[in-house]
Amino acid sequence: MLSLASVSAGYGSFQALFGVSLDVSHGEAVGVIGPNGAGKTTLMRVISGIIPMREGAMRLEERSIGGLPAHLMVEQGIAHVPENRRLFPRLSVEENLRIGAFIPAARARFHEQLDWVYNLFPRLKDRRRQLAGTMSGGEQQMCAIARALMSKPKVLLMDEPSAGLAPLVVSQVFDLVSKIRAEGLTVLIVEQNVQQVLDVVDRAYLLEVGAIKLSGTAAELKGNSFIRESYMGL
Amino acid sequence: MDIYFLEAMINGVLLGGVLALLALGLNLIFGVIDVVWICYADIVMCGMYAVYFLYTQYGVPLPLACVIAIVGVAGLGVLVHLLIIAPVLDSPPLNQLLATGGLLFFLQSFATLLFGTDFRNIGVRLPVLEIATMYVSFARLIAFGVGLVGAIALYFFLKRTYVGIAIRAIAQDREIVGLMGIDQRRVYLVVSAIGGALAGLAACLLALQYDVHPFIGNTFGPVIFMICVLGGLGNMIGGFIASFVISQIITIGGYYASTEVSYVFAFTFFIVLMLIRPRGLFAP
Repeated sequence: MLSLASVSAGYGSFQALFGVSLDVSHGEAVGVIGPNGAGKTTLMRVISGIIPMREGAMRLEERSIGGLPAHLMVEQGIAHVPENRRLFPRLSVEENLRIGAFIPAARARFHEQLDWVYNLFPRLKDRRRQLAGTMSGGEQQMCAIARALMSKPKVLLMDEPSAGLAPLVVSQVFDLVSKIRAEGLTVLIVEQNVQQVLDVVDRAYLLEVGAIKLSGTAAELKGNSFIRESYMGL
Repeated sequence: MDIYFLEAMINGVLLGGVLALLALGLNLIFGVIDVVWICYADIVMCGMYAVYFLYTQYGVPLPLACVIAIVGVAGLGVLVHLLIIAPVLDSPPLNQLLATGGLLFFLQSFATLLFGTDFRNIGVRLPVLEIATMYVSFARLIAFGVGLVGAIALYFFLKRTYVGIAIRAIAQDREIVGLMGIDQRRVYLVVSAIGGALAGLAACLLALQYDVHPFIGNTFGPVIFMICVLGGLGNMIGGFIASFVISQIITIGGYYASTEVSYVFAFTFFIVLMLIRPRGLFAP
């Protein structure tokens, strides 16, 4: 469904990604794991168009999407839950969700999409008038995911959904991810929390210094001795 | 209470309406685009000339002349953004100030060249109402009413529409609005058009009360900036309230001393307040 072929990108003279190739099939959940500074966030930002791709090709359902700016990527069907949630703190929860449905196609089905999201995350319905910035970290993550779902994406990108959250809340966030998967969504998730992310994805890639070093099914990677030693502390 | 004092207060509230309109426009542009239009009052001057010429020279009925002026100044706002602001969006703030400051001198000089330095009046004499032995200018009453309606319309636009919410979202986190499918450049154009339209509306209301000349912007431009800084730059509600605080100081000061001295009071108040609350009256 989503495929990247030898994608390179960077900031100014600094190159962050070196020929990254990866595939995500329809309905699949794929993880990208790796240490800090490996280029995981850059990868997400390139796919959602915040950072331009320098080389390579990017396709979504056989359509070339490489080089589109971010606001057009959303219309193609890519939604990105950014690192640190990045809600609009002084907008209410429901206003944040409305912004998530900004593109014309999403505006037309705003109410059904809103019902679906509230059904998925009833907590947000209770808090719909509250300013997003006043909620707890876990609730904010819930709202950030819901905001991305409002555009009815084909692929949902999640950048470090568990970052900066208390351990108990981290498990709740991974429960949310499982919940979204159960809805049949295609998910690409970047995480440092290797153990837990491998429990919710089908396959994963290991990104180190801007290049894919390993890939395999979640079970294979869980059994891989290098991953176990370097990333799971086992 | 002294009846003249009450009259001064009422006139202060009425004056605040137009100032609030301009403060809203300036704050909207600053909050969203992060640029200060130093030339804002001179864009209002252009609108006043438009009303003047349409009405007195071309015989356009006044309401229609006002509509044309508002639309025209909204278009001017878009042009200012495209020609002056967009090329310097990524430049240091000082360069942006110089660019819009340059436009201020350009507009003033160009108006002088085209129209001379004559004071021109549209010649509409609206009655002065006498309410319980107090005199209230009808032109000011209209200006206040229309200004308030404009502010309320803007509020609902920002609160209820997709574009309005997008405008508020950009002011809070401009980096990620693209992820919501929002094209920042288009929102900037919308905001510039709204800022222009507010200046155009204010121009129509001011043309009823004041003569237009190339340097009219200098008489209220500094006051508007003072109001915006007092309310906290970019803080629309703060600017709205500050408009009424300053207009009260000006009219009540005028009652105790004279109009000229009242501006001294207003700016003294501003300077002292900046020492106590450097980030504005309503900073958290």
